[in-house]
Amino acid sequence: MEDFSAKFVSQKISKTRWRPVPAAALQPPELFATGSWDNEENKISVWSVGDFGSLGPNGEYQEEPQLLCDIRHHGDVMDMQFFDQERIVAASSTGSVTVFRHHQNNQTLSINQRWERAHYHVDPDTPFYGGASCTGVICNNPEIVTVGEDGRINLFRADHREAVRTIENADSSTLHAVTFLRTTEILTVNSIGQLKIWDFRQQRNEPSQIFSLTGDRIPLHCVDRHPNQQHIVATGGQDGMLSIWDVRQGSMPVSLLNAHEAEMWEVHFHPSNPDHLFTCSEDGSLWHWDTSTDVSEKPSFFHQGGRSTTLLSHTANQSVISAWLSNNPTKDRMEITNLVPNQTLSVNSLDVLGPCLVCGTDAEAIYVNRHLFA
Amino acid sequence: MLVYETLFPKECAEKRPGCPNIFIVRKDEDVYSQTLRKLFNESHGIFVGLQRTEEELAGKSRKAQLVRVSKNYRSVIRACMEEMHQLAISTRDPELQCQHSTQVSILSAMELIWNLCEILFVEVAPAGHLLLHLLDWVRLHVCDVDSMVREVLSSENPSKHKDFWNAVDIFVLQGRMDDARHLLSKEASANPTSMGMCKILDDLMKKMPILSIGNTQTLTEMELKWQHWHEECQRYLQDGTFASNLHMESICKILLGDENAILEKKELMTTWYHFLVTRLVYSHPTVKPVELRFYAQSSLDLFLGGESSPEPLDNILMAAFEFEIHQVIKECSIALSNWWFVAHLTDLLDHCKLLQSHNLYFGSNMREFLLLEYASGLFSHHSLWQLGVDYFDHCPEYGKVYLELHIERIPLNTEQKALKVLRICEQRQMHEQVRSICKIMAMKAVRNNRLGSALSWSIRAKDAAFATLISDRFLKDYCERGSFSDLDLIDNLGPSMLLSDRLTFLGKYREFHRLYGEKRFSEAAKLLLMLMTARIAPCSFWMTLLTDALPLLEQKEVIFSAEQTYELMRCLEDLTAGKTDNQKLQVDDVETTKVEILRLALARNLARAIVKEGTLEGS
Repeated sequence: MEDFSAKFVSQKISKTRWRPVPAAALQPPELFATGSWDNEENKISVWSVGDFGSLGPNGEYQEEPQLLCDIRHHGDVMDMQFFDQERIVAASSTGSVTVFRHHQNNQTLSINQRWERAHYHVDPDTPFYGGASCTGVICNNPEIVTVGEDGRINLFRADHREAVRTIENADSSTLHAVTFLRTTEILTVNSIGQLKIWDFRQQRNEPSQIFSLTGDRIPLHCVDRHPNQQHIVATGGQDGMLSIWDVRQGSMPVSLLNAHEAEMWEVHFHPSNPDHLFTCSEDGSLWHWDTSTDVSEKPSFFHQGGRSTTLLSHTANQSVISAWLSNNPTKDRMEITNLVPNQTLSVNSLDVLGPCLVCGTDAEAIYVNRHLFA
Repeated sequence: MLVYETLFPKECAEKRPGCPNIFIVRKDEDVYSQTLRKLFNESHGIFVGLQRTEEELAGKSRKAQLVRVSKNYRSVIRACMEEMHQLAISTRDPELQCQHSTQVSILSAMELIWNLCEILFVEVAPAGHLLLHLLDWVRLHVCDVDSMVREVLSSENPSKHKDFWNAVDIFVLQGRMDDARHLLSKEASANPTSMGMCKILDDLMKKMPILSIGNTQTLTEMELKWQHWHEECQRYLQDGTFASNLHMESICKILLGDENAILEKKELMTTWYHFLVTRLVYSHPTVKPVELRFYAQSSLDLFLGGESSPEPLDNILMAAFEFEIHQVIKECSIALSNWWFVAHLTDLLDHCKLLQSHNLYFGSNMREFLLLEYASGLFSHHSLWQLGVDYFDHCPEYGKVYLELHIERIPLNTEQKALKVLRICEQRQMHEQVRSICKIMAMKAVRNNRLGSALSWSIRAKDAAFATLISDRFLKDYCERGSFSDLDLIDNLGPSMLLSDRLTFLGKYREFHRLYGEKRFSEAAKLLLMLMTARIAPCSFWMTLLTDALPLLEQKEVIFSAEQTYELMRCLEDLTAGKTDNQKLQVDDVETTKVEILRLALARNLARAIVKEGTLEGS
């Protein structure tokens, strides 16, 4: 907790996202965006935590995030992603999807593009179209995929006014989250405990594969894919359970890990260090799952000379596979730490990038840690 | 009559309500302040932490813990105050600025009162140490002397600065001897004629006996030393050592605790409680907590001198000095515009076991009453309601009832919010509310034609009646369209299928279709028959089921055995016999034709089955 700097921001935070750093850059991220929910007037805000401009009035180094700019957002911010360095895509509870542009020269935000009725309910009796909450959005430049309470999947392309593809009634229950599996395939999770793969190359409006938790239909709230090994997928459920799936085989999760005491709102593999996984929950905890701790399991080959490189890469690779897909990961080697203890209200969102982590809570606070692995 | 302001534009804004019995109810504005929201949120964490602390911690460590909690609360108020101050100086709008400044002064008063309560009720400092705490309290809250000193010191000739002696006086009045001596040394070096005098005064200040927190000396020792020092000061004053310098003479008088000399510096002290503390420092350094009230009252009277009447803040502080905790809380409740302060302070004092004996003639006790008021205020805000939940949780008597009443009034605009509210209710075993939330969400889903979602919600609430209703909708849709919607849901009902008979039927009927689609005819036939014979299917649906049996009866191979065919026939007869003659007349031609076809098919199948079974047995 000491490594965290907290800031109270007078709005309940529903989403926090780091701005991606350019591929070539080595420095940690400096900017992140937040979205609020359940306020009379919700906002998208951009914050800075970098060394740039954050020297305090007395010259001391300030860790506390500084607000750069914000803009009104119609409805709760249900999900949010950086589209590129400048653009942020936000999903609204009103059913609209908006692209905001962050102008870095004068630190302002403006609306770049909006799909007003991306998600809606069709009322059978009247021609009135009521908006349905858009619950998830994922970007893979230039494509944007959104899912919603209406069970609809939309594929947008930036700068196109209409949806490129819409799958009506893709799911009879609420779709809670979406992520890309490969460039043409997406993963969705829904409120009856199913994980589905959709392939946009197929014209059929049916999932190419359905995975589900056995029997009890516990809703799934979040999904993330292993950054290097695309067949490994993690999901978080209403009971706080973390499920690891291997989408190459079976239709059930490879392992179920008892985790939080209430809804798991987000799960993220560390993008460059996927032995580490982060989850946050309604019960107010933020967990760091570390499968890389047991050093003794990975013998060192440095003294063996010529053959070391192949051996090293082989074992390293194997250890990663077994880390998440072994049948009993808890028994093997996994260290779990709660990063924000004593928090009673929900941690709604988190994001990790490089050595930095940011999370936002219903207690109207954002926490930033810039030395995760220190 | 109570009238509530609406968002409608006020056409006759000037008009006051004519009838004296009409009162305009206004929203609690404080809840809507962005800055105060931080106060509410941050203190919520401290509050929850306090409730969780171990009551068992005995004696000193418990006290230290409570003091720490109290300090945390104060630091939150301070942080909030500083931010408000920043806002006040940065804004251009004079009205806003005024508003912010008012808030700053309210927050600062809150902190002042809280700090005093902390010293008197939480810390419960004994004689001697009590005064040290009070001195800190005054230094923290009364007139910022440091900026004045900076100004004085940065001038070319500090001792000639117009505020030089004021600064020295303030240091003396606040008991900051080292600072006073430091300043005095400037005078000594700049003015050789008064060097001797300065040295003597400096010596007196240096020798002044003080208790320090870590010191172990007894009060008697202290008093003895004090007596000696006092006599020495007296000597110097009487032999006219400082007669040539008015400033130094008055300082010496202050050191002697001369009330008139201290009162002369009224402008420098600005408040009566500063005067009180200064007076105590130089005349009663070992004052006991119980004696405070006398000095406090006389200080107030002397300071105001009958010129002005005490303000609410004065009354609150006076009540604190008199150890009238209930009076403090009462006065605060009246003077302050929101319940935050009294609720949290009362809770803290209650944890100090100071309020046990007091019971209200309404509600349960004062702590709970104030917490309920505060939490209800939070619930009226459409974002802060989540904080209120934890406060209700810690009200043993009425908390749950309040929560139940409030939580039902939270608008559920998204499923996510509904899930959060639901989680709150489920954790507290509020079954009635769980049911009602699920029902609301299910109804919404039905209205939006999202039957799958609706079914999920009613399954979560274990609401059998509603599940039946939705199952009927599914079946109706099937009859109309000839195909199922939301297959992904119906195929995955699992054990939840048993929630209602109709739902079981829906699941099983869909299973029949799947088996049929997979050409597993005999299993399908068995299931179909079972649906009717076990009375799972509603009677109204039997005709459809029998019609579904038709293609099975017409298959090339025999699927229904003779026995099964008899049963099917009985079902058909039950169905037709159940109808009265009157109904029969109304049955249209299509229906009669259907029955005829069925009878024919059944008869033919029976014949084939008998033949087949006979052949099998014979072979």
